[in-house]
Amino acid sequence: MEKLPKWADAFLVPLVSVFIAFAISGLVILAVGEDPIAALQVMIDGALGSTYGWGYTLYYATNFMFTGLGVAVAFHAGLFNIGGEGQATLGGLGVALVCLFIPWPHWSLALCAAIVSSALFAALWAAIPAWLQAKRGSHIVITTIMFNFIAASLLNYILVNQLRPKGSMDPASARFPQATNLPGLDQVLGLFGIPFSSKTPANISLIIAMICCILVWFLIWHTRLGFAIRAFGKSEKAAVYAGINPVRITLYAMIISGALAGLMAVNTVQGEANRLLLNSVEGAGFIGIAVSLMGRGHPFGVFLAALLFGFLYQGGAELALWTKIPRELITVIQALVILFTGALDQMVRRPIEITFALFKKKEH
Amino acid sequence: MDFASYIQILDSTIRLSTPLLLACLAGLFSERAGIFDIGLEGKMLAAAFASAALSYATGNVWVGLLGGIFAALLMSAIHGLASITFRGNQLISGVAINFLASGLTVLLGQNWFQLGGRTPPLGVGARFTEITLPFADDVANIPILGPIYADLISGHSILVYVSFALVPASAWLLYRTRFGLRLRAVGENPAAVDTAGVSVKGMRFAAVCICGVLTGLAGAYLSTALSSGFGREMTAGKGFIALAALIFAKWRPWYALGACLLFGLLEALAIRFQNIDLGLIVLPVQFMQALPYVITVVILAGFIGRAIPPRAGGTPYVKEL
Repeated sequence: MEKLPKWADAFLVPLVSVFIAFAISGLVILAVGEDPIAALQVMIDGALGSTYGWGYTLYYATNFMFTGLGVAVAFHAGLFNIGGEGQATLGGLGVALVCLFIPWPHWSLALCAAIVSSALFAALWAAIPAWLQAKRGSHIVITTIMFNFIAASLLNYILVNQLRPKGSMDPASARFPQATNLPGLDQVLGLFGIPFSSKTPANISLIIAMICCILVWFLIWHTRLGFAIRAFGKSEKAAVYAGINPVRITLYAMIISGALAGLMAVNTVQGEANRLLLNSVEGAGFIGIAVSLMGRGHPFGVFLAALLFGFLYQGGAELALWTKIPRELITVIQALVILFTGALDQMVRRPIEITFALFKKKEH
Repeated sequence: MDFASYIQILDSTIRLSTPLLLACLAGLFSERAGIFDIGLEGKMLAAAFASAALSYATGNVWVGLLGGIFAALLMSAIHGLASITFRGNQLISGVAINFLASGLTVLLGQNWFQLGGRTPPLGVGARFTEITLPFADDVANIPILGPIYADLISGHSILVYVSFALVPASAWLLYRTRFGLRLRAVGENPAAVDTAGVSVKGMRFAAVCICGVLTGLAGAYLSTALSSGFGREMTAGKGFIALAALIFAKWRPWYALGACLLFGLLEALAIRFQNIDLGLIVLPVQFMQALPYVITVVILAGFIGRAIPPRAGGTPYVKEL
């Protein structure tokens, strides 16, 4: 079978997959007796119709950029890191510890410390499964799943028994000092004279996420380590033959992957909640899988897919508000995107390949 | 603690082990045939919802049970299509199935019942009731053995007995029949099975179907026997605990029984005691909840008795031409 042209592989196949996912979701909406076109209209109005809607869309998109990049880096090394959820949980703990116990004079210093701390905590949480896979041969998918649950229990224990202020009932830490609060996106855009709603949780972390997209792109395609990661992911045997150390690459890839997932805590814990909650990750770690698959592991693709999922997330909340469609519709769309871009890739790809082959023949 | 409390804890161990055991055996058939299944959770959830919804609608729990099995089979069909027919990534397919079930159950539940994703509570005919085994009431007064028979062994729903009976049945099917030999072979060396003229795809689809039926039973048990009605996300990670038990059991039926009973016991203890005081140290409840996962990680890492998965697990079979 002829290989697809690059543009078709990078854009057409994912677009067709997403289109199928949306078409099926439309059918689901029809099945529950609602109008899919009207639903889409509500979502667009709610998520993109105002700077308020955009603020939430970008806030969610920031999370998905981090977790999506995390999954993508691991995918390049041929590793399926399903543990973004747990790694981001630990990242949240890292953010909370530096924000709670160190009196920061200025938010910028607190931000730097939170970035380092969240990345460090999450990287450590990812490094253990990586080490177990590389050294002991335990399957990284299973171990990272287990580590998600262990992280949830660990955080639960720490919140209930250690970080919870005296007299408080809900399992959450105390509020962070005012000085650690990050500037909102309205303040950032205000510097350029762009008016933006000040009532949204979108904050400066968005800029960090975009910088991370560029850094990951540079890492994967323009550094020695990135080359080693890709070589290892394409063929472990060939990489080892070429002198690449499999243990080191597995560890490095997972540490970077985990650190990226952990960074989302800067956005949610420091940027939005200003305290550590029991479930601040809210499934963003898993959405990273969909985002990474849809973006084909390329940071620019991850960026676009994260925006799409940010739109879906905010649009879904609006749907639940204005129609009878619950926001779990988004979970269904997410599942279908994972299914068609990930597991059923061949089913989508074959007909496209056949079509291209037919056109090629006519030209000759 | 007195004798009656021990009986109570063991009794709830049996109740809580049952869904784990069914899901664990389901995963066992699938993974022994070389199809990894991290979608056990989703299949159980779909089955739990379908069986509660149908039981409520028809008032007949058996119809509900069939509905649950059907829902789990549908999910299995997606998994089979993705991982056998189109040779896709089995792990990604499993993840997709988990989310599909998680979203669809609430979406449809809210649409049908308007109870925030729950089904209405099930009436007497619409759920599995406890069966009193013969003579249970007569022997209840005999010390020690009486309560063990009357309270611990008797008084469970039919699905509990079915699940325990499925352990020897599975062992027999896997190790004593031609079908079982082929199924295991397909998970270890599919090329050899293909050479012998047996369809690899057919065997794997059969395994995935068995997995669907068993997760269907597990889900139906959750919503129509263990509790009376479906609640959103009611599987709450049980599918993953079953997966953990499967690894702990090294993909063997009898070991699976032991692993599921152990994890069921941990759950029963975590429900009964908030914190366990061992004198020197106090075990927090969160520790008990995390223990199955920690045990699995330790087992997988091979620190205590190495667990080696079926060799062809996770890789699609490409027929040589």
